[in-house]
Amino acid sequence: MKNMEKFICMALAGVLTTGLLAGCTKETSGTVSTDGSTSMERVIGVLGEAFQEANKGVTFTYNPTGSSGGIQAVQEGRCDIGLSSRALKDEEKESGLTETVLAYDGIAVVVNPDNPVSDLDVETIAKLYTGEITNWKDVGGADAQVVLVGREAGSGTRDGFEAITDTEDACQYRQELTSTGDVITTVAQNPDAIGYASLSSVGDTVKALTVGGVAPTEETVKDGSYAIQRPFVLVTKIDAKLSDAAQKFFDFALAAENAELISKAGVVPAN
Amino acid sequence: MRKGERRLETLIHGLFLAAGLVTVGCVLLITVYLIISGIPAIREIGLWEFLLGDTWASTSAEPRFGILPFLLTSVSGMAGAMVIGVPVGFFSAVYLAKAAPQRVRVVSEHIVSLLAGIPSVVYGLVAMMVLVPWVRSTFHVPDGAGLLVAILVLAVMILPSIIKVSVTALEAVPKEYEDASLALGATAAETWFRVSVPAAKSGIAAAVVLGVGRAIGEATAVMMVAGNAPNMPGLFQSVRFLTTAIVSEMAYSGGLQRQALFSIALVLYLFILLINAALNFFLKRDRGT
Repeated sequence: MKNMEKFICMALAGVLTTGLLAGCTKETSGTVSTDGSTSMERVIGVLGEAFQEANKGVTFTYNPTGSSGGIQAVQEGRCDIGLSSRALKDEEKESGLTETVLAYDGIAVVVNPDNPVSDLDVETIAKLYTGEITNWKDVGGADAQVVLVGREAGSGTRDGFEAITDTEDACQYRQELTSTGDVITTVAQNPDAIGYASLSSVGDTVKALTVGGVAPTEETVKDGSYAIQRPFVLVTKIDAKLSDAAQKFFDFALAAENAELISKAGVVPAN
Repeated sequence: MRKGERRLETLIHGLFLAAGLVTVGCVLLITVYLIISGIPAIREIGLWEFLLGDTWASTSAEPRFGILPFLLTSVSGMAGAMVIGVPVGFFSAVYLAKAAPQRVRVVSEHIVSLLAGIPSVVYGLVAMMVLVPWVRSTFHVPDGAGLLVAILVLAVMILPSIIKVSVTALEAVPKEYEDASLALGATAAETWFRVSVPAAKSGIAAAVVLGVGRAIGEATAVMMVAGNAPNMPGLFQSVRFLTTAIVSEMAYSGGLQRQALFSIALVLYLFILLINAALNFFLKRDRGT
């Protein structure tokens, strides 16, 4: 009698386990790995979460290594989709990569709230950053030396800012900080500082300048009237096919009905 | 039974050997890896151009990789931290080990241990919020972040290692030495500085070596307050250390820039080895006489 019970138990357990396994294989499974721009952390986080919600069983990963890091990772096949907050360079395209614009990010130029200056044009911003203008009084502010705050070499935001303002390799930074948060904190503390940061991360502690009279908002970035903006792109290999899960995510991210998710992350969707 | 015991003995012996070899292996691995990954950029840039070049512009159209500003900054930062930190740490240690009442001593030692346990990012954050604005308004400079704040932060950060190791060394001085000195009519202070300190000399020197190591290897806290522009060192100048040069650009680097960062790591490694070797040399020589 005892033995019989044992047998039934084991048989039941066996049947249940097979059922579990069968249940697993029916779902879409696999992993989607993304790698790249730290500026895209929020937008890719929102998309990744929603995607995993819709496709149980898919593992979504994001590795914040920076735009160049992400592009390199795709090239070396270490991830499915690379994330870059700048357009691909020619040599990167030549190496067999292609880009798909996911969204546009406005770069806000920020100053301390105590600074009377509230509007500058791109040209003046460039002059400030190249050291041609060194005193705030020349642009309508107080008589104080301008403190230029920027990002470290290789940062997507710095790349974007310097490319748009045409100040590449010419900026006379007083501080080169390694994160958007550091830039905001520093500008919030120093009344004579000027810095730049992703539009989405600008809070109340600093004042975003209008550029040529246009305030940096989602609308002005989208219609192109705000001058300082850059693309957020998905980087893939031209000749290699994405895995099923990765292709699904790629389509999901670019689908028009998911644009709302992207704007929720503070950037402007491309589709 | 005896045979079993011997086998156990051999087994444990092997286990300890393996544990020891892990440490040695790690050091060897790091050394070999640094040399292999650090050499290519130096060969491409040129050793003297790399070490003595005064311009670092790693991402410009015509990149320049000169690390002289970083080297000088690291040296002056370390020296500054030593000038402030060593006397403060040394006198605190003498006070705590010899003069302090029991209760003060216990409390202070807890506080010093706590200071050692504070993560560097917290030091950096506090300095960024407090010291940087303070330096800015006190010295009337446009921006407070720079070498001076970095030195102050490093000086505080090396205090715990200097104090703790020195206290231990001073406590280990045999009581008879001090008693003899006092019996000969020396005052308490004379005894501490003429007898106890010389007897604990090698321990105190080890404390300083530890401090130097921490000061030169620190990156996180320094990066938050030094400004990070690759300038030649100046007290109020925005500067970049060897360590922060690596950390600040590593995340987004590629190609020769990345290789050059590995070369900086190699230079930093050799630099620390050199300093340790020099200090050890002076230590051993002093012990001989």
